Amino acid sequence: MDPQDVDLTVQFGPLTLPNPLTTASGCAGYGRELAKFVPLDELGSVTAKTIMPLPRSGLATPRMAETPSGMLNSIGLQGSGIDAFVRGELPWLAERGARVLVSIAGERLEEFAELAARLNGQPGVIGLELNISCPNIADRGLLFAANPATSYDVVRAVREVADAELPVYAKLSPDVTSITEIAAACVQAGADGLSMVNTALGLAIDLDTLRPALAGGTGGLSGPAIRPIAVRCVHQVHAAMLAGRIPPVPIIGMGGIRTGRDALEFALAGAGRLAVGTALFNDPTAPLRILDELRTELARRGFAKFTDAVGYAHRPVTAERLP
Amino acid sequence: MAHPVQTRAEVLSRTAEGSYHRLVLRAPQAAPRVRPGHFATLACADSGRLLRRAFTIHRADPEAGTIELVIAERGEGTRELARTRVGDRLDLIAPLGTPFPLPDGPVSALLVAGGYGGAPMVALGEEIRRRGGQVGFILGAASADRLYGVEQARAITQDVLVVTEDGSAGLTGRVTDPLAQAIKAIDATVVHACGPMPVLRAVTATALDLGARCHTAVEEAMACGVGICMTCVLPVVGADGVSRFVRSCTDGPVFDGARVRWGDIGTVPPDLEGAAAMGGQS
Repeated sequence: MDPQDVDLTVQFGPLTLPNPLTTASGCAGYGRELAKFVPLDELGSVTAKTIMPLPRSGLATPRMAETPSGMLNSIGLQGSGIDAFVRGELPWLAERGARVLVSIAGERLEEFAELAARLNGQPGVIGLELNISCPNIADRGLLFAANPATSYDVVRAVREVADAELPVYAKLSPDVTSITEIAAACVQAGADGLSMVNTALGLAIDLDTLRPALAGGTGGLSGPAIRPIAVRCVHQVHAAMLAGRIPPVPIIGMGGIRTGRDALEFALAGAGRLAVGTALFNDPTAPLRILDELRTELARRGFAKFTDAVGYAHRPVTAERLP
Repeated sequence: MAHPVQTRAEVLSRTAEGSYHRLVLRAPQAAPRVRPGHFATLACADSGRLLRRAFTIHRADPEAGTIELVIAERGEGTRELARTRVGDRLDLIAPLGTPFPLPDGPVSALLVAGGYGGAPMVALGEEIRRRGGQVGFILGAASADRLYGVEQARAITQDVLVVTEDGSAGLTGRVTDPLAQAIKAIDATVVHACGPMPVLRAVTATALDLGARCHTAVEEAMACGVGICMTCVLPVVGADGVSRFVRSCTDGPVFDGARVRWGDIGTVPPDLEGAAAMGGQS
């Protein structure tokens, strides 16, 4: 099969996207810098860095430490707030034909709802991603995604005010005892999809200063270092959907996708959409390369359509021959 | 910010210079875009090291289509890059960042550098001379092997002061010791500085005291170098008087030293835009 003949299109709510790839929130800013390397309209979508109601300075430096096959960050959701985003960033993104998934976060339910309401009808917005799982917040006990009930409440509050046709995704943390319980709560609350996973909480110690390497102490671990954890989370939740324990919704798989092979692994585990994050820091043109490689990997295995590969790893080996 | 180009750049030569390595890379698309103060990043070949390493651009030759980088070995990543061989191809992104502002006409400028901070200063000095200005240099380092660009600076001007902390070359001391005198000696109205943060802070203070402007090229840890990761921020006062965390990679690396809140680097000052939203977390 010719890799160019592989169909990468996916459905996203009412839209057909040219491919399943998006940027991971917080790894591509609001698109302006990435656009110097990648035409934004060639990506299935662009996920904007998390927007909060007000401008936010983020945490002190150092905010980053390289770790084996990954990195720790403690940015702390630096951003200029919803007003600046709607006024300055969204129109720019829409002009370039970018399909924008907007990541939003609030400290309280009302803030999530207020942000969702502001984004109704804005140009370029194709969906919302609720960042209920950023590890760099003041009180980890308040991490919405650590608890099924609080996850449910956030999704519910947003789903009530967001335009009905606008898909709402909940972004989950891998740092939970049972990710399927959290996923189930989100879907029951009306989530149209799940983004899996956010960074895992980590810590590195600087052997020169003999203190934590990050000013914030802990940080979020990302990159290929967390890929097996992320793939496990996607596989677990997709399995629960197949078993009827969670109503089936699409999963955006993310966590260390750097090559087409990594992307295929997430798809086989059950991710119908894919996000590239930390790999962008290493190679800002990675999304286009990954798409090319994904086409090749799919063609090599006889998959004419990307969607045919989604969840394939869950099929019993005896049921049919491998493609 | 310049429009950067990503390319597989062939290593044309690698030369040990003191404790540094100078790489000449073939990058015909990027070379014509380079201005003094721009930087470049290289990806490590080891796939376990994801973050690109940033290097100041020493020179660019648009006709030869080459870019020269100066590499200081600091850890495993830079050690690996310093061991590349002629003919290797490196994943290069250049030019990046905001370069030194260049004068419209003749000015008297003092160029101050610590360590490999001397790398961008030679081309800057040549550019200022080309515009009819005059330049002086203070090049300093811990020891003679960590100086950079001394001979090239001397080819531009006689006003080159060399300072080492251990006295192995030039005066014994720090670049800031002869600074005030040097500013006065050449009537400098502008100071350009590149080096470690404490040096930049001290140079800025002296320059401002003497009524000179001070443009500083900062060095902050970066993950991406292209403006998307938000790790390389520092507190800078904007034109509107409001302080914000801005990125060294895109808003910098060259900043007006008077606007950088040197004493607050590594903290979240309470009056920073958006600091209140952090709820005391810092």
